[in-house]
Amino acid sequence: MGVSRINARFKKLNLEGRSGLVTFTTAGDPDYNTALKILKGLPGAGADIIELGMPFSDPMADGLAIQEASIRALNGNMTLKKTLKMVRSFRKNDQDTPIVLMGYYNPIYIYGVQNFIGDALAAGIDGMIVVDLPPEEDKELAIPANDAGMAMIHLATPTTDQNRLKKILKNGSGFLYYVTIAGVTGTAKPDLKPVKAALDNFKEISQIPMAVGFGIKSPEDAAQFATFADAVVVGSAIVDIIKNNLNQENVANSDLEAKVLSFVSKLANGVQNARKKHGVPL
Amino acid sequence: MSDKNVNSFRNSPDEDGHFGIFGGRYVAETLMPLILEVEKTYRAAKNDPAFKKEFNELLKEYVGRPNPLYYAKRLTEHLGGAKIYFKREELNHTGAHKINNCVGQILLARRMGKTRIIAETGAGQHGVATATVCALFGMPCVIYMGAKDIERQKPNVFRMRLLGAEVIPVITGSESLKDSMNEAMRDWVGNVEDTFYIIGTVAGPHPYPELVRDFQCVIGNEAREQILEKEGRLPDSLVACVGGGSNAIGLFHPFLDDDVEMYAIEAAGHGVNTDKHAASLSGGMPGILHGNRTYLLMDDDGQIQEAHSISAGLDYPGIGPEHSHLHEIGRVKYVPIGDTEALAAFQLCSKLEGIIPALECAHAIAYICKLAPDLPKDHVMIMGLSGRGDKDIFTVAEALGEDI
Repeated sequence: MGVSRINARFKKLNLEGRSGLVTFTTAGDPDYNTALKILKGLPGAGADIIELGMPFSDPMADGLAIQEASIRALNGNMTLKKTLKMVRSFRKNDQDTPIVLMGYYNPIYIYGVQNFIGDALAAGIDGMIVVDLPPEEDKELAIPANDAGMAMIHLATPTTDQNRLKKILKNGSGFLYYVTIAGVTGTAKPDLKPVKAALDNFKEISQIPMAVGFGIKSPEDAAQFATFADAVVVGSAIVDIIKNNLNQENVANSDLEAKVLSFVSKLANGVQNARKKHGVPL
Repeated sequence: MSDKNVNSFRNSPDEDGHFGIFGGRYVAETLMPLILEVEKTYRAAKNDPAFKKEFNELLKEYVGRPNPLYYAKRLTEHLGGAKIYFKREELNHTGAHKINNCVGQILLARRMGKTRIIAETGAGQHGVATATVCALFGMPCVIYMGAKDIERQKPNVFRMRLLGAEVIPVITGSESLKDSMNEAMRDWVGNVEDTFYIIGTVAGPHPYPELVRDFQCVIGNEAREQILEKEGRLPDSLVACVGGGSNAIGLFHPFLDDDVEMYAIEAAGHGVNTDKHAASLSGGMPGILHGNRTYLLMDDDGQIQEAHSISAGLDYPGIGPEHSHLHEIGRVKYVPIGDTEALAAFQLCSKLEGIIPALECAHAIAYICKLAPDLPKDHVMIMGLSGRGDKDIFTVAEALGEDI
């Protein structure tokens, strides 16, 4: 399916006149089986798009919460191959919810770019966000991924101007991920106004759906951003719930999955009703 | 600056920062506009006589350059072969070659109007050099240093604090150099407006490998003049230790187009066939980390592995991208030397020459001990003595079972 599953999802959200919820969890956090159960429960809890972290030893753009999630997964011997296996298992019961992988380039590079794109598409992965591949390096992965029908979601940030955005969007597909703060994941809460101004500015030159993420932690915050963004990403706050429901040996408590999904439901509720409650802005 | 002959080894990188397939710009988008600005500023500075003048004056008056090219007579006699010279970078202010680069980068930072400096450090030499130039220019300085390295390099930690720097312990990952670099990158992403990142070696995103190399080329340029004066000819070989590889490239680069053999010594820790070494060329493969494609130590899932060396300055699972290129084209020979041999060479050099070398350089001396005896007496060899060993006495004492 690839990029078309993502496009279909944004079309549906558009018809429903609402923003979408993108949830982030790390594949294999806290262990393969628990992570898979969470993954399978996400669409039912209201996730419109699933962002699945590929664990990496050196997550340079991530704050502590997601760094620790990577470490937990790697300590459980998670690998990129197992991440694909997890998605294959998910796809047995869900053909509609887009899954995008998020992570760093080295594991993909070592897997082999062409093999990875092929295997990932076959597994049911629709797009990728690779943090350390700016448009200057598009020929590494973005161009071959686009050619194969896999979305290559590019990032824009508070340091991005319109000229830079054009370069970013040249080989960007699926949606644009606007990083709301200059910083790593899971830190300060972003201000609403500059984020909206940035998106308004970007909309002047592109119609691609725009998701916002970094630092959005509560259903209330998510709802605020959902009044104007095409989708809202919540990551560290979900990962924190995983961390807080582990025993001393980092083994999942029996109600971990339920707690995560209950939080996702609240986030979804906030996002889905944002425009009814706050009114649709320009 | 270098000869634009198409056959030259000195033309890299290309405009996108590639040395062969290595190098590049693999960083978060937030940093890209800044990285492009660093490049633009560097291009302008490179062609600005005023910048060059200020840089050279600081190297002369503050760093104490030129430092000597010293004929190591007793080591030469002891080994009975090649004639060995030391390029005495350890006599620089702060005791290592690192200061050359820091002087250049802080001038760039000022040119860009940045007001806060960050850096990573392993052994602490780059941290001390960065803290030093920050004190000189009155700029706030934050140094990221692995908790493990803080433990084994206490004197340098204290030095940095005396110089007014804030030393932040890094407790993630292996608590050493690679994790300090991750943490410095995270800081930079969050402070792009006012902060300049002084990277300590010839790694990181383009243009860092190029600009750090250019600032360090003063080592080779001086050595070239000095050897011509002393011997009336170019050397037959160059030897230097390599972690990230800034002292090695600084010595080698000005000789790359000459008929000079080059040996770069990687830290083999307990041995390249064990899981405790830092020899990325001998025991790693190409991958992407810290902004560039280069040889890295990793597992078959692409997860970066922890490096090990008795020398904190070589304890990094990667190497500068230009070295990866010089390795693949065979211009420089990369050789592993382990902890034990380095320790022996550390003691040998101290006793024979009255020079306590940094443990990093002890790796190069250990290789010279293997190489020199079989070479003719008229073989002229220059070793980059990149740092002094005072910082290592606690580590060495512990390894020798002595309590100090």
